[in-house]
Amino acid sequence: MSEETKSFEPTIIGFTCNWCSYRAADMAGTARMKYAPNVRLIRLMCSGRLDPTFVFKAFANGADGVLVSGCHPGDCHYINQNYKMLRRFHLMKRVLAQMGIEPERIKLLWASAAEGAIFAEEVNKFVEQVRALGPLNWHPGNGAASTVHTPMSAEEVPA
Amino acid sequence: MSDEKKPQERVGVYVCHCGTNIAGVVNVAEVSEWAGREMAKEGVVVARDYKFMCSSLGQELIQKDIKEHGLTRVVVAACSPHLHEKTFRTACNGGGLNPYLCELVSIREQVSWVHTDKSAATEKAKAIVAGGVRRVVHHEPLEPLHVPIHPATLVVGGGIAGIQAALEIAEAGYPVYLVEREPTIGGHMAQFDKTFPTLDCSACILTPKMVDAGNHPNITLLTYSEVEKVDGYVGNFVVTIRKRARSVNEELCTGCGICWEKCPKKVIDDKFEAGLGYRKAVYVPFPQAVPKYPVIDRENCTYYQKGTCKACEKFCPTGAIDFAQEDQVMTVEVGNILLATGWQLFDARKIPNYGYGRLANVFTSLEFERLSNAAGPTGGNIVLRDGKTVPKSVAIVHCVGSRDKNYNNYCSAICCMQSLKFAHLVKEKTGATVYNFYIDIRTPGKGYDEFYQRLIEEGTLFVRGKVAEITDAARNPGEEGKLIVQVEDTLVGKQRRIPVDMVILSAGLEPQPDAKEVAKKFGISCSADGFYIERHPKLDPVATMTEGIYLAGCVQGPKDIPSSVAQGAAAAARIVGKIQQKEIALEPVRATVNQEQCSGCRICNNLCPFNAILFHEDRMVSEVNPALCQGCGTCVAACPAGAISGTGFSNEQILSQIEGLLMLNLSSKEAAAA
Repeated sequence: MSEETKSFEPTIIGFTCNWCSYRAADMAGTARMKYAPNVRLIRLMCSGRLDPTFVFKAFANGADGVLVSGCHPGDCHYINQNYKMLRRFHLMKRVLAQMGIEPERIKLLWASAAEGAIFAEEVNKFVEQVRALGPLNWHPGNGAASTVHTPMSAEEVPA
Repeated sequence: MSDEKKPQERVGVYVCHCGTNIAGVVNVAEVSEWAGREMAKEGVVVARDYKFMCSSLGQELIQKDIKEHGLTRVVVAACSPHLHEKTFRTACNGGGLNPYLCELVSIREQVSWVHTDKSAATEKAKAIVAGGVRRVVHHEPLEPLHVPIHPATLVVGGGIAGIQAALEIAEAGYPVYLVEREPTIGGHMAQFDKTFPTLDCSACILTPKMVDAGNHPNITLLTYSEVEKVDGYVGNFVVTIRKRARSVNEELCTGCGICWEKCPKKVIDDKFEAGLGYRKAVYVPFPQAVPKYPVIDRENCTYYQKGTCKACEKFCPTGAIDFAQEDQVMTVEVGNILLATGWQLFDARKIPNYGYGRLANVFTSLEFERLSNAAGPTGGNIVLRDGKTVPKSVAIVHCVGSRDKNYNNYCSAICCMQSLKFAHLVKEKTGATVYNFYIDIRTPGKGYDEFYQRLIEEGTLFVRGKVAEITDAARNPGEEGKLIVQVEDTLVGKQRRIPVDMVILSAGLEPQPDAKEVAKKFGISCSADGFYIERHPKLDPVATMTEGIYLAGCVQGPKDIPSSVAQGAAAAARIVGKIQQKEIALEPVRATVNQEQCSGCRICNNLCPFNAILFHEDRMVSEVNPALCQGCGTCVAACPAGAISGTGFSNEQILSQIEGLLMLNLSSKEAAAA
C-alpha cells in the first residue's frame, strides 16, 4: 500500500432497507459497536427500490464505493423483492465494469435486524477494500457526472 | 434540480444533543452553525442545536419556528427514525405543518454511538444533515391512509400467554380465534407440578382459565389446528387455518372416556408425559383437557395402520367416532394477530458428557415435572427409572444448554428458580440429600430470593461450578452403582466427584423448532437465536415491526409464568385499543403510475408480490391499487419510462439525498484539485 492510499479516507454511500439492514445499523448503534465513519446511509423501504441510477449517481457525485444491503433471501418484508434487486445488482455490476469502475467498489450485504455485529464488521471490511483501491475520482469536472445527471429527473423522460 | 420551478422552501434544521449521547462525540454546535451558514443557499433559514429535541420544549421550539420563521420544511438530526419519526411529525403537525414535510436523520445510531473520532463524526453528521436538507425540499404534503380494523383477533398458541390474552380480548367484547396445534390448550404449564416460588399447584391455577377460554362465547377454540397462510395487512388479515381431523365428531362426543378405556393400543406419550408414561391411540392428553374431545392418533391407531380394530367405534355410546373425517381448511378474517407459540425444551442429548439418554437416571426438568406431578405416571412419587427405588441423593444441574457458547449464549431465565423448586420438592417428598450445581444463582423476581434463602435453610447443598461430566464409571467402592458428578467447585478451588442416585438436568428454553418458518409466514423478524423480535426492546415489548402482529410469552424470549401472563394481557390491551379506534392510519408510502407516461410495457405487472398493479387493456396502461400496494418501491425502480413514482421515496428525494450526503466531500475534493 502506498503512502497516498494509506491516508486516503474513502466515502461510501450505503443503501439499506427499512426492515432489516437499516435496523441492523440501528442495532449496531444501540449496542455501541464501533465501525469506520466512512459510510453514509440512505434508507429505502426495500432493497427492491434500488434504482441502478442511484448507484451511478453516487459514484458520479464523488462516492468511492457503494454498499447495497437488504434482508436475507427469504426474509424480505415484501416477500421476495430482494431477489428482484439481486437480479439488477448483477446486471449493474457488469455495467459498472464497462464504465471502468472496479466491481470491488460495490458490495452486496444481507443483514437481518438482529445482525448489528455483522453489519459493523462488513462495513469495516468494505471500507478497507475500497481504501485499498484508492480514490475513484469520477465526479463532475471530468465529464462523467453530466452524462449520468441528464436522465435523472423524471420530468425530462419522454412518455 | 427542479428548484427553479419550485418556490424556495424555508427549512429549519434542529440538531439534538441527546444529553451527551450525541453531543459527547459530535460537535453539535458546529453542525448547526455549519448548516445555518453553508446550507442557507439550500433554503435553511433556522438552524439550532438543543439538549433534547424530543422533549416537549424541543418540540415547542420547532412549532414556534414554524410560526415565526414561516418554515415549510423541517429536518431533525437526532436518533433513528424508528424511534422518534412519529414524535417530530406530530410536533410539526401541531405547528401547522403537514407531518410528512419533516425528515428525521439519524446522527446517534449511525454516528455518535458507532464512531469514536470526534472530527470524523462531526463531518459525517454534517453530511447527513446536508442529505436531509436536500431531500426534505422534495417532500410533498401527504395524508395517511385510513383503513378499517376488523374486530376479530387471531391468537396463535394456547399456552398460558395465549389463554390470558384471548380471555382479556374476549372479556372486552371482541371475537377471538384461539388456534392451538395440540389437541388441548394449556401448553407447558399444564405439565408442571408446582409453580415457583409460591408452590401453587400449576394445574389448579391453570385449568379454571382453560375452562373459561373453552366456554367463553367470544372465543372460538381451534385445537389440533395450524395456521397455513396469512394474507392481507393490519386491520384486514385473511388467515387460512387447517383444522386437522380428530376422527371424532365433536357434535356427538360427550368426552365420557369409554373410547380410550377400550382402545387396545398403548403409545409412549412423549409430548405431555415427556416420554415417561403411556397414552392410548385415541386419547386426551390429560384429564382436564379443553376441549374434552379426544383425538385418534392415526399414525399409531391399529385401524388406520392395519384396517381392523374399531374398538372405540364399537363402544362409543353416541356414535361419535368418525374414521372418515377429513381435515377442514377454513379462512377467517381478523384485524390483529397475537403470536404466543411458546418454547421447546433444550435437547439434553446434545451434551453427551451429561449422559442423558445413555444413563438411565439422568432426567430432564420436564421429565421431573411429570415424576413429581400427582397426575403423572408415578402418581407423584419421585423414583428412579426402575419405577420403584426412591433416590437418597439427587443432583440438580443448572444452565444445561444455556449460558454456554457451545449451545445457547442466553440465560433461560427460569432454570434457577425451577431448580430451587425441584430441590424443595425432592427434599419434601423423599428426604434425599440435594445438590444444586450452579454457575450463578439468579433470583430477580418477587419472592424469588426469599425462596432461595428458604432452600438454604432447608439444607439444600449448593456447589458453585459448571458440571464437567456425569458418569457411571466408579473409581472407588463408594461410587459403585451411583452416578458421579464431576465438577470444579470454584468456591473451594478443587475438583470434586459427588456420587448421587439421580441427576436432574435443568435444561434451557429454546424457540419452537419451526419458529423461523412461522416468522416467515407472519412476516415478522426472528433473531439469530430464533426468538421473535419485538418492536422496541424496552418501550414496546409486545408489538412487532409488522403492524397488527403482536407477541406474548416465550416466543419473544425465555420468561416465567407471571411475565408471560403480563405480556399476554399487555398485548391484549394493545389490541383492544386498536380495535376500539375502528380504523388505523397507515403510512402513505405508495406507488402511483403517471398514466400519461406509462407506455404499457407491463414490466411492473409481474414484479408486484401483492398483485397491486392492474393493467387496463383498453387504455394500455398500468395502475396501482393503493389498498393493496405495500410501498416497497420495486416497480418504481423498474419502470423504464420513469412513469411510476413512490411517495415518500421518490427519485428526486433519493437522488437529492445522495447529492447532499456527498456535498461536503465533493467540495473538499474540488478544493484539493484546485
